[in-house]
Amino acid sequence: MRAVSTSETTATTNPWAVHAEDLRVRAGRHLAVDGLDLTLGTGVHGLLGPNGAGKTTLMRSLATVIKPSGGRLTLLGQDAGGHGDLREVRRNLGYLPQQFGFYPRFTVREFVEYMAWLKEMPKAGLAAAVQRAIDRVGLTAKADARLKTLSGGMLRRAGIAQAVVNDPRLLLLDEPTVGLDPEQRLEFRELLRDLGTDSCVLVSTHLVEDVVAACTEVVLVNEGRLLHRGTPDSLIAEGDDRDPGDSPAERGYSAILRKHRTAVAR
Amino acid sequence: MTTHPSLTVIDRYAGGDATLDEATVWSLEVHLEDCADCRARLAGSSTDASRTLISAVAVELDREIAAGPAPTRPFRLSAAWRRAFIGTLAPWMLMSLGAVGCAALLTHVQSSWPSVVLLVAPLAPLPGVAAAWNRRSDPAWELVAATPASGLTMLLRRSAAVLVVIIPALVLAGAGTGTSLALMLLPCLAFTAATLVLGSAVGMQRAAVGLMAAWTAAVIAPSLALAETPVLLRPDSAGVWALVTVTLAALVAARSDAFRRLPSL
Repeated sequence: MRAVSTSETTATTNPWAVHAEDLRVRAGRHLAVDGLDLTLGTGVHGLLGPNGAGKTTLMRSLATVIKPSGGRLTLLGQDAGGHGDLREVRRNLGYLPQQFGFYPRFTVREFVEYMAWLKEMPKAGLAAAVQRAIDRVGLTAKADARLKTLSGGMLRRAGIAQAVVNDPRLLLLDEPTVGLDPEQRLEFRELLRDLGTDSCVLVSTHLVEDVVAACTEVVLVNEGRLLHRGTPDSLIAEGDDRDPGDSPAERGYSAILRKHRTAVAR
Repeated sequence: MTTHPSLTVIDRYAGGDATLDEATVWSLEVHLEDCADCRARLAGSSTDASRTLISAVAVELDREIAAGPAPTRPFRLSAAWRRAFIGTLAPWMLMSLGAVGCAALLTHVQSSWPSVVLLVAPLAPLPGVAAAWNRRSDPAWELVAATPASGLTMLLRRSAAVLVVIIPALVLAGAGTGTSLALMLLPCLAFTAATLVLGSAVGMQRAAVGLMAAWTAAVIAPSLALAETPVLLRPDSAGVWALVTVTLAALVAARSDAFRRLPSL
Protein backbone atom coordinates (compact mmCIF):
# COMPACT_ATOMS: atom_id res chain seq x y z
CA MET A 1 0.00 0.00 0.00
CA ARG A 2 1.14 3.55 -0.68
CA ALA A 3 -0.39 6.97 -0.68
CA VAL A 4 -1.63 8.19 -4.02
CA SER A 5 -1.01 11.86 -4.64
CA THR A 6 -3.67 14.05 -6.18
CA SER A 7 -1.54 14.76 -9.23
CA GLU A 8 -1.61 11.07 -10.08
CA THR A 9 -5.36 10.83 -9.97
CA THR A 10 -6.30 14.03 -11.79
CA ALA A 11 -7.67 13.41 -15.24
CA THR A 12 -5.08 13.58 -17.98
CA THR A 13 -7.67 14.23 -20.63
CA ASN A 14 -10.10 17.12 -20.64
CA PRO A 15 -13.52 17.11 -22.17
CA TRP A 16 -12.65 20.24 -24.15
CA ALA A 17 -9.36 21.08 -25.79
CA VAL A 18 -10.63 24.63 -26.20
CA HIS A 19 -13.07 26.20 -23.80
CA ALA A 20 -13.79 29.89 -24.29
CA GLU A 21 -16.42 31.77 -22.32
CA ASP A 22 -17.35 35.30 -23.29
CA LEU A 23 -13.90 35.62 -24.88
CA ARG A 24 -12.86 39.09 -26.00
CA VAL A 25 -9.63 39.73 -27.88
CA ARG A 26 -8.34 42.99 -29.28
CA ALA A 27 -6.52 43.40 -32.57
CA GLY A 28 -4.93 46.79 -32.04
CA ARG A 29 -7.78 48.99 -30.77
CA HIS A 30 -10.49 47.03 -32.51
CA LEU A 31 -12.29 44.34 -30.53
CA ALA A 32 -11.95 41.59 -33.11
CA VAL A 33 -13.35 38.78 -30.95
CA ASP A 34 -16.31 40.08 -29.01
CA GLY A 35 -17.89 37.79 -26.45
CA LEU A 36 -17.33 34.43 -28.10
CA ASP A 37 -18.45 31.23 -26.38
CA LEU A 38 -16.85 28.17 -27.89
CA THR A 39 -16.05 24.63 -26.85
CA LEU A 40 -14.04 22.33 -29.08
CA GLY A 41 -13.23 18.68 -28.47
CA THR A 42 -11.45 16.02 -30.48
CA GLY A 43 -12.06 16.19 -34.20
CA VAL A 44 -11.56 18.51 -37.13
CA HIS A 45 -13.36 21.82 -36.76
CA GLY A 46 -13.65 24.20 -39.69
CA LEU A 47 -13.67 27.90 -38.83
CA LEU A 48 -15.56 29.86 -41.45
CA GLY A 49 -16.42 33.51 -41.71
CA PRO A 50 -16.13 36.55 -43.97
CA ASN A 51 -13.02 38.72 -44.07
CA GLY A 52 -12.57 40.65 -40.85
CA ALA A 53 -14.77 38.26 -38.89
CA GLY A 54 -12.03 37.84 -36.28
CA LYS A 55 -10.85 34.41 -37.38
CA THR A 56 -7.15 35.22 -37.35
CA THR A 57 -7.36 37.11 -34.05
CA LEU A 58 -9.21 34.16 -32.54
CA MET A 59 -6.55 31.78 -33.85
CA ARG A 60 -3.79 33.96 -32.39
CA SER A 61 -5.39 34.06 -28.98
CA LEU A 62 -5.91 30.28 -29.03
CA ALA A 63 -2.25 29.92 -30.01
CA THR A 64 -1.39 31.94 -26.85
CA VAL A 65 0.32 34.59 -28.99
CA ILE A 66 -1.95 37.42 -27.91
CA LYS A 67 -3.59 37.75 -24.56
CA PRO A 68 -7.37 37.95 -24.38
CA SER A 69 -8.63 41.26 -23.04
CA GLY A 70 -11.59 39.66 -21.33
CA GLY A 71 -13.54 36.48 -20.67
CA ARG A 72 -12.20 33.05 -19.82
CA LEU A 73 -10.02 30.87 -21.99
CA THR A 74 -9.04 27.32 -21.05
CA LEU A 75 -6.77 25.34 -23.36
CA LEU A 76 -6.17 21.64 -22.75
CA GLY A 77 -7.53 22.05 -19.25
CA GLN A 78 -5.23 24.93 -18.30
CA ASP A 79 -6.04 28.58 -17.92
CA ALA A 80 -4.58 30.49 -20.85
CA GLY A 81 -6.23 33.83 -20.30
CA GLY A 82 -4.15 35.28 -17.50
CA HIS A 83 -0.58 35.27 -16.34
CA GLY A 84 -0.33 31.52 -15.79
CA ASP A 85 2.47 29.35 -17.06
CA LEU A 86 1.80 28.52 -20.69
CA ARG A 87 4.68 26.12 -21.27
CA GLU A 88 2.68 22.93 -20.80
CA VAL A 89 -0.06 24.14 -23.16
CA ARG A 90 2.48 25.34 -25.72
CA ARG A 91 4.29 21.99 -25.74
CA ASN A 92 1.06 20.38 -26.92
CA LEU A 93 0.24 23.07 -29.43
CA GLY A 94 0.73 23.18 -33.18
CA TYR A 95 0.18 26.49 -34.94
CA LEU A 96 0.39 27.62 -38.53
CA PRO A 97 -0.11 31.41 -38.71
CA GLN A 98 -1.78 33.05 -41.67
CA GLN A 99 1.31 35.03 -42.58
CA PHE A 100 3.89 32.49 -41.89
CA GLY A 101 7.32 34.06 -41.69
CA PHE A 102 10.36 31.90 -42.19
CA TYR A 103 14.13 32.05 -42.26
CA PRO A 104 14.98 31.86 -45.99
CA ARG A 105 18.39 30.25 -45.51
CA PHE A 106 17.10 27.30 -43.49
CA THR A 107 16.43 24.00 -45.23
CA VAL A 108 13.02 22.40 -44.66
CA ARG A 109 14.60 19.92 -42.28
CA GLU A 110 16.50 22.59 -40.32
CA PHE A 111 13.35 24.68 -40.06
CA VAL A 112 11.20 21.82 -38.77
CA GLU A 113 14.04 20.73 -36.46
CA TYR A 114 14.40 24.26 -35.08
CA MET A 115 10.66 24.46 -34.41
CA ALA A 116 10.73 21.01 -32.77
CA TRP A 117 13.55 22.22 -30.54
CA LEU A 118 11.59 25.36 -29.65
CA LYS A 119 8.66 23.12 -28.75
CA GLU A 120 10.98 21.43 -26.24
CA MET A 121 10.65 17.97 -27.72
CA PRO A 122 12.98 15.37 -26.17
CA LYS A 123 16.21 14.94 -28.12
CA ALA A 124 15.70 11.20 -28.48
CA GLY A 125 13.54 10.55 -31.50
CA LEU A 126 13.57 14.19 -32.61
CA ALA A 127 15.18 13.46 -35.98
CA ALA A 128 12.65 10.69 -36.63
CA ALA A 129 9.74 12.96 -35.68
CA VAL A 130 11.05 15.65 -38.05
CA GLN A 131 11.35 13.16 -40.90
CA ARG A 132 7.86 11.84 -40.19
CA ALA A 133 6.37 15.34 -40.24
CA ILE A 134 8.10 16.11 -43.54
CA ASP A 135 6.89 12.83 -45.01
CA ARG A 136 3.34 13.45 -43.86
CA VAL A 137 3.08 16.66 -45.86
CA GLY A 138 4.76 15.13 -48.90
CA LEU A 139 7.96 17.17 -48.85
CA THR A 140 10.34 14.20 -48.58
CA ALA A 141 12.06 15.01 -51.86
CA LYS A 142 12.56 18.65 -50.83
CA ALA A 143 13.69 18.01 -47.24
CA ASP A 144 17.16 19.44 -47.80
CA ALA A 145 16.15 22.32 -50.07
CA ARG A 146 16.43 25.83 -48.69
CA LEU A 147 13.12 27.50 -47.86
CA LYS A 148 13.76 30.41 -50.23
CA THR A 149 13.85 28.00 -53.18
CA LEU A 150 10.37 26.57 -52.45
CA SER A 151 7.11 27.53 -54.13
CA GLY A 152 4.20 29.01 -52.16
CA GLY A 153 2.41 25.68 -51.83
CA MET A 154 5.55 23.91 -50.67
CA LEU A 155 6.19 26.63 -48.07
CA ARG A 156 2.68 26.17 -46.81
CA ARG A 157 3.34 22.44 -46.48
CA ALA A 158 6.61 23.10 -44.65
CA GLY A 159 4.53 25.26 -42.31
CA ILE A 160 2.08 22.41 -41.76
CA ALA A 161 5.04 20.07 -41.10
CA GLN A 162 6.36 22.29 -38.31
CA ALA A 163 2.86 22.51 -36.83
CA VAL A 164 2.37 18.73 -36.63
CA VAL A 165 5.95 17.76 -35.70
CA ASN A 166 5.20 17.45 -31.97
CA ASP A 167 1.95 15.47 -32.47
CA PRO A 168 0.00 18.34 -30.91
CA ARG A 169 -3.16 17.77 -28.94
CA LEU A 170 -4.40 21.13 -30.17
CA LEU A 171 -3.60 22.03 -33.76
CA LEU A 172 -4.47 25.46 -35.15
CA LEU A 173 -4.14 25.99 -38.88
CA ASP A 174 -4.88 29.44 -40.29
CA GLU A 175 -5.58 29.27 -44.02
CA PRO A 176 -3.55 26.09 -44.57
CA THR A 177 -4.84 25.39 -48.08
CA VAL A 178 -3.76 28.69 -49.65
CA GLY A 179 -1.39 27.94 -52.53
CA LEU A 180 -1.99 24.19 -52.56
CA ASP A 181 -2.92 22.63 -55.90
CA PRO A 182 -6.11 20.49 -56.11
CA GLU A 183 -4.24 17.22 -55.65
CA GLN A 184 -2.35 18.51 -52.64
CA ARG A 185 -5.59 19.75 -51.16
CA LEU A 186 -7.03 16.26 -51.38
CA GLU A 187 -3.94 14.87 -49.65
CA PHE A 188 -4.19 17.61 -47.04
CA ARG A 189 -7.80 16.69 -46.30
CA GLU A 190 -6.65 13.11 -45.79
CA LEU A 191 -3.99 14.34 -43.35
CA LEU A 192 -6.60 16.43 -41.51
CA ARG A 193 -8.91 13.43 -41.02
CA ASP A 194 -5.94 11.44 -39.77
CA LEU A 195 -4.90 14.18 -37.31
CA GLY A 196 -8.47 14.71 -36.14
CA THR A 197 -8.91 11.17 -34.86
CA ASP A 198 -7.13 11.87 -31.58
CA SER A 199 -6.47 15.59 -31.37
CA CYS A 200 -8.43 18.80 -31.66
CA VAL A 201 -7.83 20.47 -35.00
CA LEU A 202 -9.17 23.94 -35.82
CA VAL A 203 -8.83 24.96 -39.46
CA SER A 204 -9.61 28.50 -40.48
CA THR A 205 -10.43 28.83 -44.17
CA HIS A 206 -12.39 30.66 -46.82
CA LEU A 207 -12.99 27.51 -48.82
CA VAL A 208 -16.37 26.13 -47.80
CA GLU A 209 -15.82 22.91 -49.76
CA ASP A 210 -12.67 22.11 -47.74
CA VAL A 211 -14.70 22.33 -44.57
CA VAL A 212 -17.47 20.11 -45.87
CA ALA A 213 -15.01 17.52 -47.16
CA ALA A 214 -12.63 17.24 -44.23
CA CYS A 215 -14.26 18.62 -41.11
CA THR A 216 -16.45 16.92 -38.57
CA GLU A 217 -17.86 20.24 -37.44
CA VAL A 218 -18.37 23.74 -38.79
CA VAL A 219 -17.92 26.88 -36.70
CA LEU A 220 -19.14 30.04 -38.38
CA VAL A 221 -18.15 33.39 -36.91
CA ASN A 222 -18.98 36.94 -37.91
CA GLU A 223 -17.91 40.20 -36.29
CA GLY A 224 -16.23 38.32 -33.48
CA ARG A 225 -19.32 36.34 -32.49
CA LEU A 226 -20.37 32.76 -33.00
CA LEU A 227 -23.09 32.58 -35.64
CA HIS A 228 -23.55 28.89 -36.22
CA ARG A 229 -22.03 25.59 -35.25
CA GLY A 230 -22.91 22.07 -36.23
CA THR A 231 -22.03 19.31 -38.65
CA PRO A 232 -21.34 20.16 -42.30
CA ASP A 233 -24.80 18.70 -43.02
CA SER A 234 -26.40 21.26 -40.73
CA LEU A 235 -24.72 23.99 -42.76
CA ILE A 236 -26.05 22.50 -45.98
CA ALA A 237 -29.53 22.27 -44.46
CA GLU A 238 -29.62 26.03 -43.85
CA GLY A 239 -29.49 26.91 -47.53
CA ASP A 240 -31.94 26.45 -50.37
CA ASP A 241 -31.81 26.99 -54.12
CA ARG A 242 -32.54 30.72 -53.90
CA ASP A 243 -29.37 31.46 -51.93
CA PRO A 244 -26.21 32.47 -53.79
CA GLY A 245 -23.48 29.86 -54.07
CA ASP A 246 -22.26 27.07 -56.32
CA SER A 247 -22.58 24.18 -53.90
CA PRO A 248 -25.15 23.28 -51.22
CA ALA A 249 -22.64 24.17 -48.49
CA GLU A 250 -21.89 27.57 -50.03
CA ARG A 251 -25.61 28.28 -50.23
CA GLY A 252 -25.97 27.32 -46.56
CA TYR A 253 -23.07 29.61 -45.67
CA SER A 254 -24.51 32.62 -47.47
CA ALA A 255 -28.00 31.91 -46.12
CA ILE A 256 -26.76 32.05 -42.50
CA LEU A 257 -24.83 35.25 -43.13
CA ARG A 258 -27.75 36.90 -44.89
CA LYS A 259 -30.17 35.88 -42.13
CA HIS A 260 -27.82 37.38 -39.57
CA ARG A 261 -27.42 40.60 -41.52
CA THR A 262 -31.14 41.16 -41.96
CA ALA A 263 -31.64 40.46 -38.25
CA VAL A 264 -29.00 43.07 -37.39
CA ALA A 265 -30.44 45.61 -39.84
CA ARG A 266 -33.84 45.39 -38.24
CA MET B 1 4.04 -7.95 -28.87
CA THR B 2 3.44 -10.61 -26.29
CA THR B 3 3.27 -13.91 -28.14
CA HIS B 4 5.98 -15.01 -30.50
CA PRO B 5 4.84 -16.80 -33.66
CA SER B 6 5.40 -20.56 -33.70
CA LEU B 7 8.35 -22.00 -35.54
CA THR B 8 5.98 -23.74 -37.95
CA VAL B 9 4.52 -20.38 -39.02
CA ILE B 10 8.03 -18.92 -39.43
CA ASP B 11 9.06 -21.95 -41.48
CA ARG B 12 6.04 -21.63 -43.73
CA TYR B 13 6.67 -17.87 -44.12
CA ALA B 14 10.36 -18.45 -44.95
CA GLY B 15 9.42 -21.12 -47.47
CA GLY B 16 7.01 -18.77 -49.20
CA ASP B 17 3.92 -20.89 -48.36
CA ALA B 18 1.04 -19.51 -50.45
CA THR B 19 -1.58 -21.04 -48.13
CA LEU B 20 -0.55 -18.75 -45.26
CA ASP B 21 -3.36 -16.19 -44.94
CA GLU B 22 -2.71 -12.46 -45.31
CA ALA B 23 -3.59 -11.50 -41.74
CA THR B 24 -1.05 -13.97 -40.33
CA VAL B 25 1.64 -12.67 -42.71
CA TRP B 26 0.96 -9.08 -41.66
CA SER B 27 1.05 -9.75 -37.95
CA LEU B 28 4.18 -11.88 -38.41
CA GLU B 29 5.95 -9.10 -40.33
CA VAL B 30 4.98 -6.49 -37.77
CA HIS B 31 6.33 -8.76 -35.05
CA LEU B 32 9.57 -9.42 -36.94
CA GLU B 33 10.28 -5.69 -37.16
CA ASP B 34 10.54 -5.46 -33.39
CA CYS B 35 11.77 -8.91 -32.34
CA ALA B 36 15.40 -9.82 -32.94
CA ASP B 37 14.97 -13.39 -31.65
CA CYS B 38 12.30 -14.20 -34.23
CA ARG B 39 14.40 -12.61 -36.96
CA ALA B 40 17.19 -15.00 -35.98
CA ARG B 41 14.72 -17.92 -36.13
CA LEU B 42 13.61 -16.73 -39.55
CA ALA B 43 17.24 -16.64 -40.73
CA GLY B 44 17.62 -20.25 -39.55
CA SER B 45 14.54 -21.39 -41.49
CA SER B 46 15.31 -19.59 -44.74
CA THR B 47 15.61 -21.77 -47.82
CA ASP B 48 18.68 -22.13 -50.03
CA ALA B 49 16.96 -20.26 -52.84
CA SER B 50 16.32 -17.16 -50.71
CA ARG B 51 19.84 -17.29 -49.24
CA THR B 52 21.32 -17.30 -52.74
CA LEU B 53 19.10 -14.37 -53.70
CA ILE B 54 20.09 -12.37 -50.58
CA SER B 55 23.80 -12.91 -51.12
CA ALA B 56 23.47 -11.98 -54.80
CA VAL B 57 21.72 -8.70 -53.76
CA ALA B 58 24.42 -8.04 -51.14
CA VAL B 59 27.23 -8.52 -53.68
CA GLU B 60 25.48 -6.26 -56.18
CA LEU B 61 24.84 -3.56 -53.54
CA ASP B 62 28.45 -3.63 -52.35
CA ARG B 63 29.62 -3.26 -55.93
CA GLU B 64 27.33 -0.26 -56.55
CA ILE B 65 28.22 1.44 -53.27
CA ALA B 66 31.93 1.07 -54.08
CA ALA B 67 31.37 2.45 -57.59
CA GLY B 68 29.15 5.38 -56.60
CA PRO B 69 30.26 8.73 -55.14
CA ALA B 70 31.00 8.92 -51.43
CA PRO B 71 28.12 10.31 -49.35
CA THR B 72 28.53 14.01 -48.58
CA ARG B 73 27.05 15.76 -45.63
CA PRO B 74 25.18 18.86 -46.77
CA PHE B 75 26.40 22.10 -45.24
CA ARG B 76 24.36 22.86 -42.15
CA LEU B 77 24.23 25.81 -39.84
CA SER B 78 25.51 24.84 -36.45
CA ALA B 79 22.85 24.26 -33.81
CA ALA B 80 24.24 26.98 -31.54
CA TRP B 81 24.11 29.54 -34.33
CA ARG B 82 20.51 28.73 -35.13
CA ARG B 83 19.44 28.73 -31.51
CA ALA B 84 20.92 32.06 -30.56
CA PHE B 85 19.63 33.27 -33.88
CA ILE B 86 22.27 35.75 -34.75
CA GLY B 87 21.19 35.76 -38.39
CA THR B 88 18.35 38.26 -38.06
CA LEU B 89 20.34 40.28 -35.55
CA ALA B 90 23.31 40.75 -37.86
CA PRO B 91 22.23 44.03 -39.52
CA TRP B 92 21.48 45.63 -36.17
CA MET B 93 24.75 44.55 -34.70
CA LEU B 94 26.65 45.81 -37.73
CA MET B 95 24.97 49.17 -37.19
CA SER B 96 26.09 49.20 -33.55
CA LEU B 97 29.62 48.15 -34.52
CA GLY B 98 29.71 50.97 -37.07
CA ALA B 99 28.59 53.48 -34.43
CA VAL B 100 31.23 52.23 -31.98
CA GLY B 101 33.85 52.53 -34.74
CA CYS B 102 32.81 56.13 -35.49
CA ALA B 103 32.92 56.92 -31.78
CA ALA B 104 36.46 55.53 -31.56
CA LEU B 105 37.46 57.66 -34.53
CA LEU B 106 35.89 60.79 -33.04
CA THR B 107 37.66 60.15 -29.75
CA HIS B 108 41.00 60.13 -31.55
CA VAL B 109 40.28 63.14 -33.80
CA GLN B 110 38.51 65.45 -31.34
CA SER B 111 40.86 65.41 -28.39
CA SER B 112 38.97 68.32 -26.77
CA TRP B 113 35.85 66.16 -26.34
CA PRO B 114 35.45 63.56 -23.61
CA SER B 115 35.78 59.95 -24.80
CA VAL B 116 32.88 59.44 -27.24
CA VAL B 117 33.27 55.66 -26.93
CA LEU B 118 32.55 55.99 -23.22
CA LEU B 119 29.47 58.11 -23.97
CA VAL B 120 27.92 55.73 -26.52
CA ALA B 121 28.94 52.50 -24.79
CA PRO B 122 25.67 52.15 -22.82
CA LEU B 123 23.65 52.41 -26.04
CA ALA B 124 25.72 50.07 -28.20
CA PRO B 125 23.84 46.81 -27.50
CA LEU B 126 20.36 48.35 -27.56
CA PRO B 127 19.57 48.10 -31.31
CA GLY B 128 20.45 44.40 -31.24
CA VAL B 129 18.55 43.77 -28.02
CA ALA B 130 15.49 45.54 -29.42
CA ALA B 131 15.68 43.41 -32.56
CA ALA B 132 16.06 40.23 -30.52
CA TRP B 133 12.33 40.06 -29.92
CA ASN B 134 10.53 42.05 -32.48
CA ARG B 135 7.78 41.37 -34.92
CA ARG B 136 9.48 43.12 -37.81
CA SER B 137 13.01 41.85 -37.42
CA ASP B 138 12.20 38.21 -36.71
CA PRO B 139 10.21 36.82 -39.65
CA ALA B 140 9.05 33.75 -37.75
CA TRP B 141 8.00 35.84 -34.77
CA GLU B 142 4.48 34.48 -34.63
CA LEU B 143 5.63 30.88 -34.92
CA VAL B 144 8.22 31.32 -32.19
CA ALA B 145 5.82 33.18 -29.90
CA ALA B 146 3.53 30.13 -29.71
CA THR B 147 6.28 27.77 -28.54
CA PRO B 148 7.17 26.95 -24.93
CA ALA B 149 10.76 28.13 -25.50
CA SER B 150 9.68 31.73 -26.04
CA GLY B 151 9.87 34.05 -23.07
CA LEU B 152 12.64 35.32 -20.86
CA THR B 153 15.08 32.48 -21.60
CA MET B 154 14.95 33.07 -25.33
CA LEU B 155 15.25 36.82 -24.88
CA LEU B 156 18.28 36.40 -22.61
CA ARG B 157 19.87 33.95 -25.03
CA ARG B 158 19.50 36.38 -27.92
CA SER B 159 20.61 39.37 -25.83
CA ALA B 160 23.68 37.39 -24.79
CA ALA B 161 24.45 36.77 -28.46
CA VAL B 162 24.37 40.55 -29.00
CA LEU B 163 26.60 41.26 -26.00
CA VAL B 164 29.13 38.63 -27.07
CA VAL B 165 29.72 40.66 -30.23
CA ILE B 166 29.36 44.19 -28.84
CA ILE B 167 31.49 43.90 -25.68
CA PRO B 168 34.75 42.86 -27.43
CA ALA B 169 34.17 45.67 -29.93
CA LEU B 170 33.79 48.18 -27.09
CA VAL B 171 36.90 46.89 -25.33
CA LEU B 172 38.81 47.20 -28.60
CA ALA B 173 37.51 50.72 -29.27
CA GLY B 174 38.20 51.82 -25.71
CA ALA B 175 41.75 50.44 -25.69
CA GLY B 176 44.34 53.18 -25.82
CA THR B 177 41.88 55.97 -24.98
CA GLY B 178 42.50 55.55 -21.29
CA THR B 179 38.83 54.92 -20.43
CA SER B 180 38.00 52.65 -17.53
CA LEU B 181 36.73 49.23 -18.61
CA ALA B 182 34.24 49.01 -15.73
CA LEU B 183 32.75 52.39 -16.63
CA MET B 184 32.22 51.22 -20.17
CA LEU B 185 30.85 47.74 -19.56
CA LEU B 186 28.71 48.26 -16.45
CA PRO B 187 26.51 50.96 -18.06
CA CYS B 188 26.32 48.74 -21.13
CA LEU B 189 24.93 45.86 -19.04
CA ALA B 190 22.72 48.20 -17.02
CA PHE B 191 21.11 49.59 -20.17
CA THR B 192 20.58 46.10 -21.57
CA ALA B 193 18.83 45.06 -18.37
CA ALA B 194 16.84 48.31 -18.32
CA THR B 195 15.66 47.64 -21.88
CA LEU B 196 14.47 44.19 -20.84
CA VAL B 197 12.62 45.53 -17.79
CA LEU B 198 10.97 48.38 -19.69
CA GLY B 199 10.41 46.14 -22.71
CA SER B 200 8.37 43.70 -20.65
CA ALA B 201 5.87 46.51 -20.15
CA VAL B 202 5.91 48.59 -23.33
CA GLY B 203 7.67 46.40 -25.92
CA MET B 204 11.36 45.98 -26.59
CA GLN B 205 11.55 48.41 -29.46
CA ARG B 206 9.88 51.29 -27.65
CA ALA B 207 11.97 50.63 -24.57
CA ALA B 208 15.23 50.71 -26.55
CA VAL B 209 14.28 53.85 -28.49
CA GLY B 210 13.16 55.62 -25.32
CA LEU B 211 16.33 54.80 -23.42
CA MET B 212 18.53 55.81 -26.33
CA ALA B 213 16.73 59.14 -26.71
CA ALA B 214 16.86 59.84 -22.97
CA TRP B 215 20.58 59.06 -22.67
CA THR B 216 21.42 61.11 -25.78
CA ALA B 217 19.46 64.12 -24.57
CA ALA B 218 20.46 63.96 -20.91
CA VAL B 219 24.09 62.88 -21.08
CA ILE B 220 25.69 62.76 -24.53
CA ALA B 221 24.51 66.15 -25.85
CA PRO B 222 25.36 68.25 -22.74
CA SER B 223 28.74 66.61 -22.24
CA LEU B 224 29.71 67.20 -25.87
CA ALA B 225 28.47 70.80 -25.64
CA LEU B 226 30.40 71.45 -22.43
CA ALA B 227 33.32 69.27 -23.58
CA GLU B 228 33.64 67.49 -20.25
CA THR B 229 33.08 63.96 -18.98
CA PRO B 230 29.67 63.79 -17.27
CA VAL B 231 29.47 63.05 -13.55
CA LEU B 232 27.77 59.74 -14.29
CA LEU B 233 30.77 58.44 -16.16
CA ARG B 234 33.53 59.62 -13.80
CA PRO B 235 35.60 56.87 -12.16
CA ASP B 236 33.96 57.21 -8.73
CA SER B 237 30.48 56.34 -10.06
CA ALA B 238 31.45 52.78 -11.06
CA GLY B 239 30.04 51.47 -7.77
CA VAL B 240 26.68 53.08 -8.49
CA TRP B 241 26.57 51.48 -11.93
CA ALA B 242 27.34 48.08 -10.43
CA LEU B 243 24.48 48.51 -7.97
CA VAL B 244 22.10 49.66 -10.71
CA THR B 245 23.05 46.70 -12.92
CA VAL B 246 22.42 44.17 -10.17
CA THR B 247 19.10 45.80 -9.23
CA LEU B 248 17.89 45.84 -12.83
CA ALA B 249 18.96 42.22 -13.36
CA ALA B 250 16.93 41.25 -10.29
CA LEU B 251 13.97 43.18 -11.68
CA VAL B 252 14.26 41.28 -14.98
CA ALA B 253 14.15 38.00 -13.09
CA ALA B 254 11.16 39.19 -11.03
CA ARG B 255 9.25 40.15 -14.16
CA SER B 256 9.93 36.86 -15.97
CA ASP B 257 6.17 36.13 -16.02
CA ALA B 258 5.55 39.19 -18.16
CA PHE B 259 7.79 37.88 -20.95
CA ARG B 260 5.50 35.00 -21.86
CA ARG B 261 3.45 37.21 -24.13
CA LEU B 262 5.39 40.33 -24.96
CA PRO B 263 3.48 43.28 -26.34
CA SER B 264 5.95 43.33 -29.19
CA LEU B 265 3.85 45.21 -31.72
